[in-house]
Amino acid sequence: MYKILQKQFLNPTVCKMVIDAPLIAKKAQPGQFVIVRALADSERIPLTISDFNRDSGTVTIIFQLVGEGTMELSTLCEGTEICDFVGPLGKPSQLDGLKKVAVIGGGVGCAIAYPVAKKLKESGCCVHSVTGFRNKDLVILENEFMAASDKLVVMTDDGSYGEKGLVTAALEALINEGNQYDEVIAIGPLVMMKFVCKVTEKYGIKTTVSMNPVMIDGTGMCGGCRLTVGGKTQFACVDGPDFDGHKVDFDEAISRSSMYREFENCRREAACNLLSKEAE
Amino acid sequence: MVNMNPEKCPMPSQDPMVRNKNFGEVALGYTLEMAVEEAQRCLNCKHKPCIDGCPVLIDIPAFIAEVAMGDIRKAYEILSQQTSLPAICGRVCPQETQCEGKCVRGIKGESVAIGRLERFVADWYRENCAEKPQPTAQNGKKVAVIGAGPTGLTCAGELAKKGYDVTIYEALHTAGGVLVYGIPEFRLPKDIVKYEIDNLKALGVKIETNMVIGKVLTIDELFDMGYGAVYIGSGAGLPKFMGIPGESLKGVYSANEYLTRVNLMKAYLPTSKTPIRKSHNVAVVGGGNVAMDAARSAKRLGAENVYIVYRRGMQELPARLEEIEHAQEEGIIFKLLTNPVEVIGDENGEVKAIRCVEMMLGEPDSSGRRRPVVKPDSEFVIDIDTMIMSIGTSPNPLISSTTEGLETDKWGCIVTNGEDGLTTRNAVYAGGDAVTGAATVILAMGAGKQAAAAIDKMLSEK
Repeated sequence: MYKILQKQFLNPTVCKMVIDAPLIAKKAQPGQFVIVRALADSERIPLTISDFNRDSGTVTIIFQLVGEGTMELSTLCEGTEICDFVGPLGKPSQLDGLKKVAVIGGGVGCAIAYPVAKKLKESGCCVHSVTGFRNKDLVILENEFMAASDKLVVMTDDGSYGEKGLVTAALEALINEGNQYDEVIAIGPLVMMKFVCKVTEKYGIKTTVSMNPVMIDGTGMCGGCRLTVGGKTQFACVDGPDFDGHKVDFDEAISRSSMYREFENCRREAACNLLSKEAE
Repeated sequence: MVNMNPEKCPMPSQDPMVRNKNFGEVALGYTLEMAVEEAQRCLNCKHKPCIDGCPVLIDIPAFIAEVAMGDIRKAYEILSQQTSLPAICGRVCPQETQCEGKCVRGIKGESVAIGRLERFVADWYRENCAEKPQPTAQNGKKVAVIGAGPTGLTCAGELAKKGYDVTIYEALHTAGGVLVYGIPEFRLPKDIVKYEIDNLKALGVKIETNMVIGKVLTIDELFDMGYGAVYIGSGAGLPKFMGIPGESLKGVYSANEYLTRVNLMKAYLPTSKTPIRKSHNVAVVGGGNVAMDAARSAKRLGAENVYIVYRRGMQELPARLEEIEHAQEEGIIFKLLTNPVEVIGDENGEVKAIRCVEMMLGEPDSSGRRRPVVKPDSEFVIDIDTMIMSIGTSPNPLISSTTEGLETDKWGCIVTNGEDGLTTRNAVYAGGDAVTGAATVILAMGAGKQAAAAIDKMLSEK
């Protein structure tokens, strides 16, 4: 079993957990993910590894409460155990030899972008980070990114913190200031990644995105996580989750991501009704 | 005292129009009387052709003779000498091409119902005998098995019986492999799989779930941990798609995904937290056992029209005869000599139809089967809301890509010496779908058994 050593809400809908998982911590690399099942009857959900400590044998996950699986996970307390925790899955991010990189994180995607920025910084790469959130209350990992970046721009949609606007505006400004990036790494909502790729395509900058489609086993068996990349079917769990952003068919990925929205809404409503009944 | 009835004693089963709405087991099993009556049809031939047809070489006439005399416990003991999963084999083996295909009674009538008798004996023992197998005295040697599917479970059981300290590493959260994620409850109840696995644990086999070998540990690290041999039974792998337009539309599943949702994640239960599409019209592409399982599951989940779309004819369907018959009885519609060329979507990206062409059978190809060719100007459209692709799998790269010196063939299957499963790496053996590509439970079990014998020989000589 996998004990929850620490639990903290970074904002009202984003939860951080440090899990005792020494075998996974020993092998984890930035860009890889785990499959988590909170309880014995929970759904299997993929979560990208946000941090790891090989000495203490811990793996950190940061997740947004979007569906029933993440909600159940968030209800588990410090000191209790997660039913299933499998990893490290997927291919590690390819960061070798990069000298100057822009790391773009959107919302909870920052949790995945952070270990990438950290590893780049440790290897002597110049890191410019841009993180974007809807508003001030949702800002996460600011100090962590500060420590892992030579420059950090925080954007909010409503201007309630940092600069007002989208991450694409900040990225384009950095490029126009004369920054020449070997690569842009964008991790966040599909729409954000799609538009970051549109910007970088214009400037001819190689762009890597981290895809997080619907998945069941996460080991190359179910095929639910398939994407079209460069006209070919690829499986995010074994071929990714990192892909060349200029080759990903984002419109298809966006469409596929809504496959179970209705089911999720029903389940969430049912769960909320149950909670409010308990509260009564 | 041979029963000369030319036909098998019929198997009691749920009415087709009742069972196609539930996930309870289809075939209900023989009573003791039926089993004895059927067992008496066996001629107990001297040359025992049925044994040649069995991949794990069960002494079929011997166990049937015990059933005929009513000593079911003795029959079980004979079965157990050669198979560790009799309740499973009795249900899922393609007996018509194996033991029963060789039965002398089959020449002038129906063969002896060997599969049904095997199932009866295993079920009777499970229900009437409480004793668990006892662990063998340990010989101090450790073996690691990768994958808790039919081949891994068999290999582990054989080695544990010989005194080895065996640990199975399973990637999923439940042991059983295809027996739990693939084959549906109505064909193989999961309680039976659990019982067989509990028996292996009683023998001393350890099972570590949530362990993806190649990722969390490599094969080299397993040797560093003191294992003297490793057996790879990691199973089939990535689902294949046809490469036609529209396969990424919402509502297109691989059979692996559809069945995993239904079986492993129990999406057929209203309480399940794993979603599955509410379908009305479903096309399953393919003609194997997996296609039949997917089609019959879709029907049970409430679909009105379920089509099997297969590019060859009835004679060429690779599924077990019983599965085809059951599917037909349950109202599955067979669109044979039909091949999809495009999946058509609506404005929301949901599947709404498939465009198909009719096929004709041409000259036999290298596999000996007549090659299907497109009939000119034969396009037509079937309205559907769900499509399930069941056209096979290609091997999983996780182990081969992280194990130096482990050779794979041009399709990605692990290369072995064929006889005992030895790979191109010293002390590393492999078997089942990871070696052969998608095949049957019993062939995988046979491979696990042979590899266990080879591993025992290798480690005993050390």
